[in-house]
Amino acid sequence: MNVAAPFEGIGASVRRKEDFRFLQGRGAYTDDFNRQGQLHAWILRSPHAHARIKGVDTAAAAKMPGVVAVYTGADMARDNLGGLPCGWQIHNKDGSPMAEPPHPVLAHEKVRHVGDPVAVAIAATREQARDAAEAIAVDYEVLQAAATMADAQKPGAPAIHDGVAGNLCYDWHIGDKAVVDAAFAGAAKVVSLDLVNNRLIPNAMEPRAALGEFDRTTGEYTLHTTSQNPHVIRLLMGANVLHIPESKLRVVAPDVGGGFGSKIYHYAEEAIVTWSAGKLGRPVKWTADRSESFMSDAHGRDHVSKAELALDANGKILGLRVHTQANMGAYLSTFAPCVPTYLYATLLAGVYTTPVIYCEVKAVFTNTVPVDAYRGAGRPEATFLLERLMDVAAQETGIDRVDLRRRNFIPTDAFPYQTPVALQYDSGNYHATLDQALVASDWAGFEARRAESEKRGKLRGIGISTYLEACGIAPSAVVGSLGARAGLYEVGTIRVHPTGSVTVLTGAHSHGQGHETTFAQLVADKLGVPIAQVDVVHGDTAKVPFGMGTYGSRSLAVGGSAMMKAMDKIIAKGKRIAAHLMEASVDDIEFERGTFRVAGTDKTKALVDISVAAYVPHNYPIEELEPGLDETAFYDPKNFTYPGGCHIAEVEIDPDTGKVSMVNFTAVDDVGRVINPMIVEGQVQGGIAQGIGQALLETCVYDANGQLLSGSMMDYTMPRADDLAPVSVATHTTLCTHNPLGVKGCGEVGAIGSPPAVINAVVDALRDYGVRSLDMPATPSKIWRIINGGRRMAAE
Amino acid sequence: MPQVTLTVNGQAHTAEVEGRTLLVELLREKLRLTGTHVGCDTSQCGACVVHINGESVKSCTTLAVMADGANVTTIEGLAAADGTLHAMQEAFREYHALQCGFCTPGMVMSAIDLVNKHPDGITEQQIREGLEGNLCRCTGYHNIVKAIAAAADVMHGKRTEIARAAE
Repeated sequence: MNVAAPFEGIGASVRRKEDFRFLQGRGAYTDDFNRQGQLHAWILRSPHAHARIKGVDTAAAAKMPGVVAVYTGADMARDNLGGLPCGWQIHNKDGSPMAEPPHPVLAHEKVRHVGDPVAVAIAATREQARDAAEAIAVDYEVLQAAATMADAQKPGAPAIHDGVAGNLCYDWHIGDKAVVDAAFAGAAKVVSLDLVNNRLIPNAMEPRAALGEFDRTTGEYTLHTTSQNPHVIRLLMGANVLHIPESKLRVVAPDVGGGFGSKIYHYAEEAIVTWSAGKLGRPVKWTADRSESFMSDAHGRDHVSKAELALDANGKILGLRVHTQANMGAYLSTFAPCVPTYLYATLLAGVYTTPVIYCEVKAVFTNTVPVDAYRGAGRPEATFLLERLMDVAAQETGIDRVDLRRRNFIPTDAFPYQTPVALQYDSGNYHATLDQALVASDWAGFEARRAESEKRGKLRGIGISTYLEACGIAPSAVVGSLGARAGLYEVGTIRVHPTGSVTVLTGAHSHGQGHETTFAQLVADKLGVPIAQVDVVHGDTAKVPFGMGTYGSRSLAVGGSAMMKAMDKIIAKGKRIAAHLMEASVDDIEFERGTFRVAGTDKTKALVDISVAAYVPHNYPIEELEPGLDETAFYDPKNFTYPGGCHIAEVEIDPDTGKVSMVNFTAVDDVGRVINPMIVEGQVQGGIAQGIGQALLETCVYDANGQLLSGSMMDYTMPRADDLAPVSVATHTTLCTHNPLGVKGCGEVGAIGSPPAVINAVVDALRDYGVRSLDMPATPSKIWRIINGGRRMAAE
Repeated sequence: MPQVTLTVNGQAHTAEVEGRTLLVELLREKLRLTGTHVGCDTSQCGACVVHINGESVKSCTTLAVMADGANVTTIEGLAAADGTLHAMQEAFREYHALQCGFCTPGMVMSAIDLVNKHPDGITEQQIREGLEGNLCRCTGYHNIVKAIAAAADVMHGKRTEIARAAE
């Protein structure tokens, strides 16, 4: 009797394969690697936000114990190293390209933010390198800094880069302004709102690290690095910075302890250790202190916007007009320019039938750490703006906030739906996710809960956000036409071994997402191989043919699709082998979960019979078919994917302290087909925690001189276990229509949908205090001032 | 240079260290026990938590010399010799209480001590407050809290195996 094996395919909450090593301390993160003869690098960073480097004296440092080398920007200039490249070019309204000032690996002549790397000391131990770095004498002429976008745009503001007028990177727009202005002119009601999207510091738990090696025999360089996309790092660093051909440069991103976007970019330290290893002929390792992470990892968000919504007398949206200023920081990080443009303004239709939209975006340089994509990247900023605006519109029109949203939803039968801002949504059902969330959150029972809170002297509020995002990044031709300097396909190899076990090679990279399990489930589902016999290999340019990495919720939608395509090739070839072995026509061979069958007969061959024949081709159609069962596919998506849904937050405020407590959070997300529900739930929960963090706790603070005040975990409020309440997460599925899995992506939905739901709830709790605008984070002091200011006003 | 003698995961070690060498540096760099991680430099994140004489300690804030003569347990020393996971490790896996795995060793070591310190049972609120010193950026903590509650039932002898997570 056969005992059925537990189902491990699509839809099963399979426990993760990778957990065994992580739970026993056997993970292998970059800092865990150590090499014979390894040296340690310590980076000397600028203490000033803006200064001219008049001189760097390394003589004393070079004589310190254990020191092997001290390098400065001048040394790099002598070696003709390139600067750190930007991967995306945006064009101004007038068609001219954005300002793209140089980004030297080590600052040369000038420093432009606190933390800007100035020199590197390399020694036998990390402590010796640190001691030596402290002995480097830099003669700075401190310059006036522009710490905020407002300061950077004032007349007479300090010029951060030569030749960049007004510190303006670009002045971009989308939409037809005249048409939108006309819609506003005919509107029954115009609602406007000023918003700040607070600057965040990603803080993946693993600090960045890099280990460079050079093999004098082969002339090959190897870089181990904390990256979400090793092939992209190989391309950018090899071609642009160090001028090393791909064939001589291997980049490995082993286990990586979280990324959230901050580990996409090519950072100076990667180039420093690789270049130094070549010069010294010894491995060189650098690992960031958390303090360095705060001032050298790319930050996120940081928008200042004015948004206006035009409505007719029935609450139907007629148009949207947005002006946004986006902070780029001191230099352009790898993907920075596309975040406030193509990942932001194109999302401004949201889930609504807004017929016309105009958005202009000014990107501004400041004397702060570069800003780039952070979980959601542009889409949280768009969603926060829209969903706050919808609540204010509801307040000011007197239309119920749920009803106002419903009146403007894109109808369920309107897909594919073309928005006025370039995107075409393929599927969704916004009424369904809303309905499900209203029930799950007991929206109808809220007033009773509010009354109960009131009895205890607490202010209770409920807030909603109905949102959408574009992910599964991205169709190469589309992004190419918009200024991307890379293709955004993904690559998958399915290698069926002679014994029938399978190795999957993927260009996607897992840094917490559970790919080793989810991708194995795809193979189990399609090829019928137990996941214990499926190994997923990622993160090594020497093993994986190519890849673009993991960000923008693309791993499954793009990377998984590439695997499906490669498995189709395996099956097609397997059918031809099976046809030969069973003396049947190829057209008569059927395949299902590991078994090839001659249609309508009991003649079958297992996958392992086919793989043995493929590698031991004694009885094989050798004239027409190559041996082997190993297929690679590149998958370029046809469109973005469009997850969406409804988030409902319920908060309680203690009026004595101003502290906002999360009492309930409900998320109903449409992420397309769910491969592993347990992992999807975990991704959504984690995203929501970061969204609640943005809404209530986190913000990056610079003083007027550009000193980073929130520069440690003592000063920057990371969400802790007792800051968060249980979250109810559910899915409602409509399938993506254009990828083979029907998947949409789940990595970012939590961080995108949740912040406006939380702030809308806080504003609702404070409804007696006349709060119209509330910037994140809603800290106790901010709320206390609102409450007490309100009381004073009432008393006066 | 000072010499430190200590027992780590049941094995005796003697090592020469600098006065400023931290326990986590001794573990990671001299003993090559890289399961214990460093996630911050202000004693906030808890990725470095190990047990010294059975109590959870942040090894990034402990000098190696302070551990002289001590009995240290790290994440590598939790599972039984036959590979059987500790109840806390098993619960973390069952409840999907880890994603990138970086905070996990410290989180598991803290959680075990937390449960040990509540022999009469532990509430969800006590777990959340007890995790004050451990940061996780991936999970939002909910599954960690569930895992610790499930492990507590086994560690306190209320159940013989970890309760299955709801599907």
